[in-house]
Amino acid sequence: METFVFFYFASIIVVTAALVIGLKNPIYSALALLVMFFHVAGLFVTLHAEFLAIIQILVYAGAILVLYLFVVMLLNLKREEHFHSQWIVGLFLGCVLFAEAVLLVVKGETTLGDNLATPTASIELTQGNTESIGELLYTTYLFPFEVASLILLVAMVGAVILTKKGIMEVKG
Amino acid sequence: MDVPVSYYVVLSGIVFSIGLVGVLIRRNIIIILLSVELMLNATNINFVAFSSYLGNLSGQVFVFFALTVAAAEVAVGLAIIIALYRHSASINIDDFRLLKW
Repeated sequence: METFVFFYFASIIVVTAALVIGLKNPIYSALALLVMFFHVAGLFVTLHAEFLAIIQILVYAGAILVLYLFVVMLLNLKREEHFHSQWIVGLFLGCVLFAEAVLLVVKGETTLGDNLATPTASIELTQGNTESIGELLYTTYLFPFEVASLILLVAMVGAVILTKKGIMEVKG
Repeated sequence: MDVPVSYYVVLSGIVFSIGLVGVLIRRNIIIILLSVELMLNATNINFVAFSSYLGNLSGQVFVFFALTVAAAEVAVGLAIIIALYRHSASINIDDFRLLKW
């Protein structure tokens, strides 16, 4: 049953990921990405990462993708007629990279299996997934958490400066 | 927990490769940014799969940070796209070869 669920999610993820880069219309690409985000969230649920599944939907599908669609509609784009002229090279490089990844997994199977042979009794089920993550986030990873907030602040300031007309002209 | 962790690694390898190919073959800058999102999601799948299999929640915390960086990247990236569009009324990557000799 779990294998079936995994293969359902995996096949939809791969197909929609291919559609994202294959479709000509950017809006359709973004919508394909939306379907992919939902299925990645489903995969997270099967992996007992419920909090991240919700965050995935809220942040990726709710915020990031809406931002993309907003910009696509703001710019009123024409359809792209051709791929880049180097698309054969790009496809070849992608295949090589994927072959390398598969080779690494196949060759590393034995060591990987040894390490994972005794899965520690998974996540503590006495407290919820959200509670455990919050505890970890505010104790062990407190400093990276603060740095993440700084990154968001920098991104916000950067976005405003880049898009607001007149800021650069006044200085230069 | 019937699914071996290597399946997840292969899945994320496929998604990552698709994202890489997308960056290389598309000419629309918005699609290129979407492909970068694909690659970030591939790493997230890996993080969560290993976190679940090793019974260690740190992987999920790192997905949280990756999400933060992705959000920041989108905000700045789209701002750059809008600035580029204002500059030359195009978001085709072929029109921006100022740094190419």
